Amino acid sequence: MNNVILFEHQAVAAALDQMANHIADRVAGPEPDQPAETEICLVGIQRGGARVADAVQQRLEQTGSSVCRGNLDISFYRDDLDTIGPNPEVRPSDLPFDVSGKHIWLIDDVLYTGRTIRAAMDVLFDYGRPDSIRLAVLLDRGGRQLPICANNTGLLHAAPPDCTVDLITTSETWHIEQRQVK
Amino acid sequence: MRPLQHLFGIADMDREQIEYLLNLGESFIDINRRPLKKAPTLRGKTIINLFFENSTRTRTSFELAGKRLSADVINISASTSATKKGESLLDTGQTLAAMQPHVLVIRHSVSGACEFLADYLGHTSIVNAGDGAHEHPTQILTDLLTLRCAGGYIGKTVTIVGDIAHSRVARSHLLAARLMGYQVRLVAPKTLMPAEVERFGCEVFHEFDDAIPGSDILYMLRMQTERLTDNCSFPSVREYHEAYGLNRKRLQAAAEGCLVMHPGPMNRGVEIATDVADSARALILNQVEHGVAIRMAVLTALCGGQQHLGRPGPSKKMTMEAMHVQGSLL
Repeated sequence: MNNVILFEHQAVAAALDQMANHIADRVAGPEPDQPAETEICLVGIQRGGARVADAVQQRLEQTGSSVCRGNLDISFYRDDLDTIGPNPEVRPSDLPFDVSGKHIWLIDDVLYTGRTIRAAMDVLFDYGRPDSIRLAVLLDRGGRQLPICANNTGLLHAAPPDCTVDLITTSETWHIEQRQVK
Repeated sequence: MRPLQHLFGIADMDREQIEYLLNLGESFIDINRRPLKKAPTLRGKTIINLFFENSTRTRTSFELAGKRLSADVINISASTSATKKGESLLDTGQTLAAMQPHVLVIRHSVSGACEFLADYLGHTSIVNAGDGAHEHPTQILTDLLTLRCAGGYIGKTVTIVGDIAHSRVARSHLLAARLMGYQVRLVAPKTLMPAEVERFGCEVFHEFDDAIPGSDILYMLRMQTERLTDNCSFPSVREYHEAYGLNRKRLQAAAEGCLVMHPGPMNRGVEIATDVADSARALILNQVEHGVAIRMAVLTALCGGQQHLGRPGPSKKMTMEAMHVQGSLL
């Protein structure tokens, strides 16, 4: 069996709800001694992370939070240009607000080696100096190659290394699929 | 997509490769506009700009493109190079290639200089930054990116005016037009129009005013006085401006959305009047901005994924005959 659906639409939606709640809770006061943040800055990593960030933003705005949204494309910051070449489908980075002094939530769909997150942090620092960066992911599939872990994880699943794990979105349903690569 | 190893000209490229470079270029525009204009994409790569002809914008553009992507960039111009001391093009090329750069960007007055060098320098990617009257691919990619940002090029009519006979830009546009789906009109006095240029599938005009109606872009070329020889007579500058210069009257005769482009450097009062060059319809400075982004895309495409390309075998050795030809050219 090559393709397995790991999480159906309902499980994904519940995980997104949980992520939004967690982010909203942190706004109320991240640590007892830290002042509350007035606005939530969500930065999605193109492309899957941007979709997750859109979904989280929608949920946060329904509960009355104000959200700053941005997207990052990390293609030019990858460490594997020599082996895979430039990504033919580069999406523009779009950060309509100044990141300096902000508490940024970096959002991605699937957390794997951690290299994407490292690159995304490099991109963010090239735009300014955020006060903090936190990471929220829809799914953690294990297999980290860098000391990176998410502050907020929607779903957990240990996937074997010869598989890809993708968030598949249609206009109605979202699900997470595991595919074996030859 | 066919991998890119060198960039010689539009003639070697297909539509997919051009669109790929345009997509890549478009995403680099943003990096050039933000406060910190640096990305680590080409860290550890070496790029040598070897310019045998004068150039400000193309050389600066390549230099900035490399530096903004964290590559190490070295500029060599003919006036300071060993060619002044009598070294041949091939020897200069081989000497520089022995220093193991990843990319060699070359501008030369002889058509085909880049292909010639690539035959002998097996391990270095070569970018043509303009060779004689042959091709200037990065300028055309720049123009296409500018047109794409200004509403697209497909189905548009680009009217190129000026010294067509000596223009590598016009030649590359003729090739690109067929691939990418736009029309080209050429306007020049008979002495500056190549024979049988209609074979490229373009319309040819000798009166500028006849070509203006129906044009979407008026693309003015610089009068390349350095390439004019006795056998293509050129009237006075004043007379040229009267007949082929873009002034306000001619721009008003054009369609409402008609845009003005120029590959630079411009000679105000010769091919373009000052008020036209500074008008809101001129995309000339957009072209310069997009030039950096496109060159970033070209360098990234050539440096990226090279492990898959497989390096060519031992490079060609020069025959006595070729050496003789080279000697006569330089």
